[in-house]
Amino acid sequence: MKQTLGLVGKYFLLMKIVFSKPEKTKIFRKQFFTDTEKLVIDSIPIIAVISLFIGAVIVIQTASNIESPLIPKMYVGYMARESLILEFCSTMVALILAGKVGSNIASEIGSMRISEQIDAMEMMGINSANYLILPKIASATIFNPLLMLMSFILGLVGGAMIIMFTGIITMNQYTEGLQYAFQFYYIVYSMVKMAVFSFIITSISAFYGYYSSGGALGVGRSGTKAIVVSSVTILIANLVITQLMLN
Amino acid sequence: MIKAINVNKNFGEQHVLKDISIEYKPGICSLIIGASGSGKTVLLKSLVGLHDIDSGEIWYEGTQFDNLPFKEKKHLRKEIGMLFQGSALFDFATVEDNIRFPMDFFTDWSEDQKMDRVNFCLARVNLKNVNKLYPNELSGGMQKRVGIARAIALNPKYLFCDEPNSGLDPQTSILIDQLILEITQEYNITTVINTHDMNSVMEIGDQVGFIYKGNLLWEGNKDNILTSNCKELEEFVFASGMAKKVKQYMNA
Ligand SMILES: Nc1ncnc2c1ncn2[C@@H]1O[C@H](COP(=O)(O)OP(=O)(O)O)[C@@H](O)[C@H]1O
Ligand SMILES: [Mg+2]
Repeated sequence: MKQTLGLVGKYFLLMKIVFSKPEKTKIFRKQFFTDTEKLVIDSIPIIAVISLFIGAVIVIQTASNIESPLIPKMYVGYMARESLILEFCSTMVALILAGKVGSNIASEIGSMRISEQIDAMEMMGINSANYLILPKIASATIFNPLLMLMSFILGLVGGAMIIMFTGIITMNQYTEGLQYAFQFYYIVYSMVKMAVFSFIITSISAFYGYYSSGGALGVGRSGTKAIVVSSVTILIANLVITQLMLN
Repeated sequence: MIKAINVNKNFGEQHVLKDISIEYKPGICSLIIGASGSGKTVLLKSLVGLHDIDSGEIWYEGTQFDNLPFKEKKHLRKEIGMLFQGSALFDFATVEDNIRFPMDFFTDWSEDQKMDRVNFCLARVNLKNVNKLYPNELSGGMQKRVGIARAIALNPKYLFCDEPNSGLDPQTSILIDQLILEITQEYNITTVINTHDMNSVMEIGDQVGFIYKGNLLWEGNKDNILTSNCKELEEFVFASGMAKKVKQYMNA
């Protein structure tokens, strides 16, 4: 318990250093674009593929579960939309990103720590935490909500595709369901969640990387811890945000 | 000039630096020698503030460095160049960008001025045609050279080198030592070098401090190190089989 509190304290102290004004805007901007490419753009393919498939699977599952003729078939579209926007596209996608992006950040920063590259920056008088971490947090927090939107749309497309192939329901029933009782607020809710989750993933992974020690083995350990701790934190944050925004 | 007064450093229970007092002058290479684990790296990193010391004082000219606030420490560090044991080149950047790195942060030079300085530093460490290569495409000796070029990019007043010869063959080692000495003399830099390599001591050791288990046991230079009457130093100096034979021969 005491150890956990110590870690949390250390995390917030690091964030304080991370959130200082960058030495030069030009350098920050360059890092920001590099990190956007590495963390956001490069995640598009995997998120796209997963979303298409999950959308398709949700449609099949819901359709096969509606046996009663009293429940209109358009509920398939409605259910698909609701499950995608409420949980899958934010929480599940964030957990996937925690694995992909989290280990990437922790191992990149961790290997810079153990090879003394971070010391070298500090020696030049550069705020290494600010230089290395702030652009990552900023790019993921700003752009990942768009990734969430993409995932939502592709999930719906995946559903549409499976309907085209199998004809479990008609396309008209599906699109009718998609529009049924649509709440724009859910999109806002989901985007907020994704922004918070992205902050959690990038900052926690960077934290574990930044304080890596013990050679290559230590970097590996930091990567694992980064994934585990940010995943658990995401689940807790999900609970809190949902309580705050939907209740 | 750099001055350490009664410096102590602990890691938990372990007392790594014990009451170290030493002074470093400009224009010469000052060596810190000692066995692996004796505390050389910790001393070097304490001198530059990468480790916080537990007691004692560290002075750069008239400024007490160890209790400066972080901002002013950062300011003074711009006058310090450092070559790390593994070179610590940024592996995300080309050779050119590595050397430019501190310039991008701390100067308002134009692109041309920066490139001129990069090429000057590379020429100074005798490297050509490597501008666009990445660190993992260089040999160990070349990495050290780039490390030195980066360390001198902003004309430092102080230069710290942690085991500049580690992982290099004896001939390359001597070339790197010579290079550091030349640069030190040419720009009147206060240079502090960690090493366990006796060849370096004999080449460039104008001031030598011997550390043994965190104590500074002996101070002298390459001319009187072979005749010291410090037992631990003698064991260190004459550790190799060849050195032992030479010693027998000298005694006979
Ligand atoms: N960051 C650290 N945390 C804990 N102990 C350390 C740390 N750095 C060095 N030490 C310990 O300090 C001692 C001296 O290490 P070091 O200065 O690296 O030796 P060397 O003379 O080989 O450079 C060693 O026993 C090492 O285990
Ligand atoms: Mg060492």
